[in-house]
Amino acid sequence: MGERAIAAETRDLVKDFDGKRAVDGVSLTVPTGSITGILGPNGAGKTTCLRMMLGIIDPTSGSRTLLGHDRPLEVAREVGYLPEERGLYPAMPSAEAIAFMGALRGLPIGEGRRRALELLKERGHEDWAMRPIRTLSKGMAQTVQLLGTIIHRPRLIVLDEPFAGLDALNQEKLEQLIRDQAAAGVTVIFSTHVIAHAERLCERIAIIAEGRSVFEGAVDEARGKLRPIVHLRTRAEDGPWRSALPPAAKRVAGEWRFELPKSGPEPLLKALIDGGAGIETLSIERPGLHDAFIAIAGEAAARAMGHAPAEVEAA
Amino acid sequence: MKLPETIRAAFVIARRDFTATVLSKTFLLFLLGPLFPIGLGFIFGGIGAQVEKTAAPATVAVVSSPADFALLEAARDRFAPFGSDRPLVRLQRVEPEADAAAQRRRLLTSADRPVLGVLEGGLFAPHFTGAVTADGRTVRQINLFVEEAVRMRALPPIPSQPVEVTLTRTSSGSVAFARNITARAGQTILFVLTILLAGMLLSQLIEEKSNKVIEVLAAAVPVDSIFLGKLFAMLAMSLVGITVWTSAGAAAIAVYAKGGLAALPPPAVGWPAFLFFILLYFSMSYLLIGATFLGIGAQASTVREVQTLSMPVTMSQVILFGVASLGVGRPDSPAAIGAAIFPLSSPFAMVARAAEQEALWPHFLAFAWQVLWVALILKFAAAIFRRSVLKSGPAWRWPWQRRRAV
Repeated sequence: MGERAIAAETRDLVKDFDGKRAVDGVSLTVPTGSITGILGPNGAGKTTCLRMMLGIIDPTSGSRTLLGHDRPLEVAREVGYLPEERGLYPAMPSAEAIAFMGALRGLPIGEGRRRALELLKERGHEDWAMRPIRTLSKGMAQTVQLLGTIIHRPRLIVLDEPFAGLDALNQEKLEQLIRDQAAAGVTVIFSTHVIAHAERLCERIAIIAEGRSVFEGAVDEARGKLRPIVHLRTRAEDGPWRSALPPAAKRVAGEWRFELPKSGPEPLLKALIDGGAGIETLSIERPGLHDAFIAIAGEAAARAMGHAPAEVEAA
Repeated sequence: MKLPETIRAAFVIARRDFTATVLSKTFLLFLLGPLFPIGLGFIFGGIGAQVEKTAAPATVAVVSSPADFALLEAARDRFAPFGSDRPLVRLQRVEPEADAAAQRRRLLTSADRPVLGVLEGGLFAPHFTGAVTADGRTVRQINLFVEEAVRMRALPPIPSQPVEVTLTRTSSGSVAFARNITARAGQTILFVLTILLAGMLLSQLIEEKSNKVIEVLAAAVPVDSIFLGKLFAMLAMSLVGITVWTSAGAAAIAVYAKGGLAALPPPAVGWPAFLFFILLYFSMSYLLIGATFLGIGAQASTVREVQTLSMPVTMSQVILFGVASLGVGRPDSPAAIGAAIFPLSSPFAMVARAAEQEALWPHFLAFAWQVLWVALILKFAAAIFRRSVLKSGPAWRWPWQRRRAV
């Protein structure tokens, strides 16, 4: 990855709050034009990392660069940010709020007003334009703030828990917006504790747990941390074929589950057939990001995110 | 971040704050608020003056012979010009009766002819009885009348030539006196406006902190810009108010002081320059004190905390005003120079100087000095805000805490 291809980078970021370490040596690399998800349970340090990356707060130690600058506020005009705790002036009309957020990042206010109306119209929300924020629902206000995040056409968008508080329809719209932005060449970084969003959207993820970055790389690379899982049903209960199963194989609801041996599927199949297993069904399932997350971040982190697997629950 | 970008961002913040304030319904109340007491002052002041004019002056019953009373009346007439603001006590002769004590009691309790007191004993054994203060105004006046009446009785009238009077526009004494008044008036105006308006800056960041907008702002612009923008927005709003109030005040002056401002004592630098300096030093005072308040208020997270801070903050303003007023009338005294150098009292001291001394160069120097301090205070306030509220950078420690930490 060439230097120009990096939109954001952190190296060994550390942040202490009142003597307590909130972030402990997080290193991330976000390629230009990618969609990168930062995964981790609440309190893992995702928001603090993003705030340091954006220059809202300075790290206790470590370094960060944003669009090639080590002072992130210097490139604020090219960055859009949706904070976790949404913040809008309640008395401000929606279009004005969108234009104001653009103006903060260098967009002339007149142009901002024009684009705000355009963006609202594109989404069929032109009737919101003059409505004060306090008269909008939470989801509507969130949409307004999101439009304010992209109004100035930034090169990098940072979204902190963007799906929180949205209904399924609006989550889908937001996912589409993120895809559209990425298709237009914009780099998108978002934090989430919902793995499904990251799985659907991201090319790269970073997993943060207890202030530490425990994984950073492509989604496939995360999945590659786990062996594929074999699901097997046999007619025979016992027999020589059982020696072909790894010792960690578990029987769940009449089905054997185990990791595919490193030797691959062919020797396994041969041993099962030769051993008289009487194969009813056999499937090899590629592990999902969900399983990879559990394997990487640990069961405790998975539980904190509400993603404990069935096996774990059963245990 | 470069200065023009900081200023551009500050302008965006200031424009939002200014329009949000000025276009709100409560701003009308803000504008009208100070006019209510002024209006009531005029109404009740007028009524009070009318009552004072129409009310009969206090009366003293004089139990004496007609001759003695004539002398007392003549003496009173000689002192009458000195009682233009508050009339001298009126004298009313009463024929002496056989039972002086009974007559005295009757006079003091009479509802038909109420009197302050009773003077008896003629010019050589005068005795006053009444419900007054022993060394008060009434007793002092009665003493003067009796002394003068005795003198008039002993000496023949002396023919005197009235003093010929030539009027000049000013004299050194009159100019010094007038400038002193203008200096105090200027300081008072500055103080009242600052105390009325700068306190609002204490709560300026509460809105952003409570509705989480601060995160959006801090991610887009430097904290210095947020502080600078808020400060100038409130200054602009205050100047709108001052324009309205000054117009109302000028109208009142035109009505009550014929000749308008020209009828008031002239300042050393002249009226146009003085009015400019009032505006300039109000702005500087507002920026200096406001930046301090903004920094203090930014540490508060609730309205209750801001309210608790209001009293000590107001007291500190009163102290600053007191310090600056020490130098009025003595612009080259250490007190005046000290007040001009201390940044927060400097505008008060300099507006008094503009009223008392013609030199303009100290104002350029003071302006530069005050601008420097506004920048320093804002920078410091923003740094403290970043550290304590945004939790950015190492925590603030006092020197003794630093030693302990080492």
